[in-house]
Amino acid sequence: MHFIFKTRYEQDISLFKHSGQRFWYAALAVAAVAAPWLLSEYTLSQVTFIGIYAIVCLGLMLLAGFTGQVSLGHAGFLAMGAYTEAYLQANGWPFVMSLPMSALVAGITGIMIGLPALRVKGMYLSIATLAFGFILEQVVVSAEGITGGNAGRQVGKLTIAGIDFDDGTNFYYLVTVIAVLCVLGVLNLLRSPTGRAFVAIRDSEVSAQSMGINLAHYKTVAFALSAALAGIAGALYAHKIRIITPDQFGFLQSIELLMMVVIGGLGSIQGAIFGPAFWFLVQQLIVTGKDWLPPALGQQTGLQPTIFGIILIAIVLFEPMGLYGRWLKFRTFLEIFPFYRKGMFKRQKSYMKSERMK
Amino acid sequence: MLQLLQLIVSGAAIGCIYALIALGFVLIYKATETVNFAQGDLMMIAGFLGLTAMTVAGLPFWLAFLLTIVAMALLGMGTERLVLRPLLGQPAFTFVMMTIGLGYLARGLVTMIPYWGTETHSLPVPYKDEVIWFGGEGKGLVVSVEHLVIILATVVLVALLYLFFRYTRLGIAMQATSQNQLAAFYMGIPVRRVNMLIWGLSSAICGVAGLLLAPITFVHANMGFVGLKAFPAAVVGGFGSIPGALVGGLIIGIVESLAGFYLPEGFKDIAAYVVVLVMLVVKPNGLFGDNLTKKV
Repeated sequence: MHFIFKTRYEQDISLFKHSGQRFWYAALAVAAVAAPWLLSEYTLSQVTFIGIYAIVCLGLMLLAGFTGQVSLGHAGFLAMGAYTEAYLQANGWPFVMSLPMSALVAGITGIMIGLPALRVKGMYLSIATLAFGFILEQVVVSAEGITGGNAGRQVGKLTIAGIDFDDGTNFYYLVTVIAVLCVLGVLNLLRSPTGRAFVAIRDSEVSAQSMGINLAHYKTVAFALSAALAGIAGALYAHKIRIITPDQFGFLQSIELLMMVVIGGLGSIQGAIFGPAFWFLVQQLIVTGKDWLPPALGQQTGLQPTIFGIILIAIVLFEPMGLYGRWLKFRTFLEIFPFYRKGMFKRQKSYMKSERMK
Repeated sequence: MLQLLQLIVSGAAIGCIYALIALGFVLIYKATETVNFAQGDLMMIAGFLGLTAMTVAGLPFWLAFLLTIVAMALLGMGTERLVLRPLLGQPAFTFVMMTIGLGYLARGLVTMIPYWGTETHSLPVPYKDEVIWFGGEGKGLVVSVEHLVIILATVVLVALLYLFFRYTRLGIAMQATSQNQLAAFYMGIPVRRVNMLIWGLSSAICGVAGLLLAPITFVHANMGFVGLKAFPAAVVGGFGSIPGALVGGLIIGIVESLAGFYLPEGFKDIAAYVVVLVMLVVKPNGLFGDNLTKKV
């Protein structure tokens, strides 16, 4: 394991803990820049999707993984971002202005959803977000003038400063740059007092409150930021998919976003990227593997939900820290090679504590 | 006036279904402080099991009904034993994610089973498409027998559950477990086994709800989404209260029925969610809920 003896304050706050990390992230950056030359057009488009979903998952991770507030209506924020972008672009707004506006609109929606959070918590909050998700979906269907209703809405071509971004490669770079900026933003946020407050709220609301953290304020901020990230992703999603319909932003989408975050690993930034990457990889494997399976199994529409359901159950049962946790264990195993013990990452069990006073 | 009454009756019937599903939530919530997001999917499985028993095996309705309930109870207990007991002592979110995963899996698996598939099936109950007139044929209140059966069955089931929790040893043991697991354990109650039985009971109730609902909505893989409307029912009644689940379900069912008639299209589907948001803002603990304050 890498133990760093910190002698300067800059070391403590630097994004990369040691030179090895700096090297590997630089290698990743080079790979990301070189991707359009290395990958086929189809694969590049899938990678772009991973980037878009990584931004949503980053927002959901901030909320569920770092603040401990579970949202079952996150697809609603995605819809807010996508429709705002489509509407503003049709009205002649440039992308550099409509993108922040999409984030803002989604963020304001997030504040509205966060408001019940001032009074309710835990499971009640999940149900409130679930209810909001359904209502938002219905609003999108009803506001036909802006959203085109159930028939869907076309999204126009994306050009920034005269450069055509609808082309696969350019759009890939755009998504990657925005995703990296979002990751850096969230990383910095987590090192700030706000981020520390989020983690404190996740670990114990009572002790956070007694340390002087204003629960209502920080929960609302968490909802707003998380929704704003989903709004940014929604705007990019609208340009990627070209035709947006309300059923793309339904309850199932919210559930799948949550599943990606849990599979990736709750409480880690890397998890928010591992999750969607793994999701799309498995999806691709299923599509390719279909031809190899007997037709009775391969042609079933239920194959994909079944496989993802099993993956999620296995992750919850055996690897609560998700794919990132698995990677962490593997890395530790290599770093301290002969000395890895089985119980090093063991979960603490405790008796169920009732939240009811009686 | 008659029309209003008509709407209320049909709303109450659907409300009873919500109430039964909500009852399933409440039992599990009371016992383990976790929420089962797969409740609606359990209901869907019950619908398919009943369908198979009646059409493929050719059993009479009552036998098929009983067999389905028993199968559902076993399924519930098996689920608890296999995937939920290993999670005992983990945060509530783990359980939520697990049950979401189970529901997702169930929806996928059901479409892969031959004969069940992705089509919609109709459950051939003996009382299908019959109506009863109250107050004169042609001018009085018309109630379909399907609705009447739902309401009567719910009343009987809730009464039985009340008696069970009030007077039987097992019922009292379940209450004790739900209030304090550790203390119940010290008193000699086998907490784990009781938890397993509660899961069995909860999914058996879901089975009843599924079989009662099937004649109205048909049986199909996404039937379980009705279960999501039971969340508002449970919250309005106050999570953790059995009479609350019944009242909450009725309120949601009736509001939905009235909204479907008096408000523009689309409001019917979200009426339940609007009600629950208002309830959460005004009175988060619900009508019959306990006071939720965390002990440090």
